[in-house]
Amino acid sequence: MPGIWVYAEVSSDGKIEAGALENLTKARELGSEVSAVALGPGSSQAAAQAGEFGAATLFASDDSIYTDFIAQPAAFALHELVKEHQPELILFSPTYDSRDVAGRLQARTGSTLMSNATDILGPDYAQTQILGGSQIVDVTLFGPDPKLLIVRPKSFEAQPAEGGAAATVVPVEVSVPDDCKKAKRVQRHEQAAAGPKMEEAKVVISGGRGLQDPANFKLLEEMASAIPGAAVGASRAVVDAGWVPYAMQIGQTGKTVSPEVYIAVGISGATQHLVGMKSSKRIIAINKDKDAPIFQYADLGIVGDALQILPRITEAINARKG
Amino acid sequence: MNIVVLVKYIPNPEGTPEMGPDHRLKREGVEGALDPGDEHSVEAALQLAGSDGEVTLVTMGPEAAVGALRRGLSMGGHKGVHVLDDSLKGADVLVTARVLAAVVKRQAGFDLVLAGVESTDGYTGTLPMAVAELLDLPNVTFARKVEVADGTLKVERQTEAGYDEVECPLPAVVTVTAGANEPRYPTLKGIMQAKQKPMDTLSVSDLGLSAEDVKATQEVMGLEPVAAKEAGEVIEDPEEAPGRVVEFLTKAKVI
Ligand SMILES: Cc1cc2nc3c(=O)[nH]c(=O)nc-3n(C[C@H](O)[C@H](O)[C@H](O)COP(=O)(O)OP(=O)(O)OC[C@H]3O[C@@H](n4cnc5c(N)ncnc54)[C@H](O)[C@@H]3O)c2cc1C
Ligand SMILES: Nc1ncnc2c1ncn2[C@@H]1O[C@H](COP(=O)(O)O)[C@@H](O)[C@H]1O
Repeated sequence: MPGIWVYAEVSSDGKIEAGALENLTKARELGSEVSAVALGPGSSQAAAQAGEFGAATLFASDDSIYTDFIAQPAAFALHELVKEHQPELILFSPTYDSRDVAGRLQARTGSTLMSNATDILGPDYAQTQILGGSQIVDVTLFGPDPKLLIVRPKSFEAQPAEGGAAATVVPVEVSVPDDCKKAKRVQRHEQAAAGPKMEEAKVVISGGRGLQDPANFKLLEEMASAIPGAAVGASRAVVDAGWVPYAMQIGQTGKTVSPEVYIAVGISGATQHLVGMKSSKRIIAINKDKDAPIFQYADLGIVGDALQILPRITEAINARKG
Repeated sequence: MNIVVLVKYIPNPEGTPEMGPDHRLKREGVEGALDPGDEHSVEAALQLAGSDGEVTLVTMGPEAAVGALRRGLSMGGHKGVHVLDDSLKGADVLVTARVLAAVVKRQAGFDLVLAGVESTDGYTGTLPMAVAELLDLPNVTFARKVEVADGTLKVERQTEAGYDEVECPLPAVVTVTAGANEPRYPTLKGIMQAKQKPMDTLSVSDLGLSAEDVKATQEVMGLEPVAAKEAGEVIEDPEEAPGRVVEFLTKAKVI
């Protein structure tokens, strides 16, 4: 059976992005031969980790054209590899860059692409969830191979394979034409985030428009500093309003989190927010409107004014710690 | 500058989408509107086009999709193109991309194609890149700021940890985030003028596409509700709240 590929974004120090590890784990379970493709500096260093998560082969190029120029060189090279090796299915994560590559690749191969996949039942059979995760949709994929899937983060748990030896590195030697080198990254600006990474935090406390004012986010930060390993997140409404940076956004166009406890403060519970946090183990909602949709998902709901209640909760947590 | 904006019509931007018996979102016969995400690309286009530029709005969708074009025209767009064809019912991303790319190709002398990052109801977020590939143009997605200086596009592209500065020659395909601007409201005058603006309606064969080009490659086999979670406890007495939260967090072993 021709293989299943995972398109893996790799950092310049050779670490594979979390979504790709989840996809490798699932690809392994689907039972066919698994390969990873990584393009850009650091890629060939990822062989051990790719192997650990089940890839037998790592197609890799460390050439910086793949990260200097947006999407076109990677889509071109990936297409060349596809023509040569004819995989059956390629899995992508919805990171900024991978999503672009997947979008372009489908137009090159003329094959089908499904976004927001939440489960994969076979090489041409996948599931997605719609309407805020309230409905599961079964989709069959047909037309030419490879089928392309963009998988929602946290759909699968990343697990190392038993005795996974390092993947065999196959160097990607594609000569990318100059007219693929157009959209150029000239400068990166990165803000170092304080506190634990939201996706890895045990507790995530998120604020929405109900906090009334950007300054009130400090009530969440104070609560987070009372709970070990807690991070602060946000709804898109307050990110769009410029209260907090995009990196804090949870939901369909933001991050997906599934902590031990998720605390939604002044968030109504729009479907696009729910898809990013619904899989949390336990959910607390604080909202002054007792009919807010978020309460339908909460294990513990508190009806009231967040601005009044938050400081008292923080105080009670600190008091318990003594 | 001449700019083409891809705008999507969605049946009911504020309310909950409804499913039809064919497992597809109901699009027919519902009062429709311009996808709120696409208002940001229309706004960006109007700002970039300048006084001598032209903004062309393109949509593919049912009869009612003309509502999305009208909204964009009343904001200040110059003309609309509506691809309307029964064979496009249930079109997937690739089919939609082929259709929209064919329309863009007909717009002589365009400099830029703008689209939304993702649509409110379909949210595949991949259509604009497919259009870019079909037109052999570069794409810059997630633009939170778009400028053109000396024929070069300068974009601040949102990233995981901040943003990248990207430079790109024109023409190009750019997707615009909600953070990029504040879309204007149509004025009464704008709404009146929109009714006079040129509007083209095209079919698949007008675009020179074959039945094979618009054949879908995905089929929804079934739909089932996710088991609803059992309702939790709701506390309405704020005095009780702090104690209960501490108890809850203790049980969850996070404090
Ligand atoms: C394509 C698309 C993608 C999207 N992606 C995302 C996404 O990734 N993430 C996301 O979050 N949203 C996303 N959205 C937006 C989403 O639809 C909602 O608009 C958004 O989540 C609402 O944010 P909110 O709950 O903070 O604000 P609102 O909906 O305005 O809710 C505010 C809540 O605060 C409560 N409140 C007010 N005052 C108080 C108080 N004093 N104390 C306690 N409660 C109070 C109110 O009762 C209300 O329930 C997306 C939308 C679209 C169209
Ligand atoms: N039927 C359509 N007609 C015109 N533009 C569309 C259509 N579908 C999607 N788009 C454009 O592509 C963007 C992304 O849509 P999607 O791929 O559905 O998430 C939208 O914001 C629109 O700009």
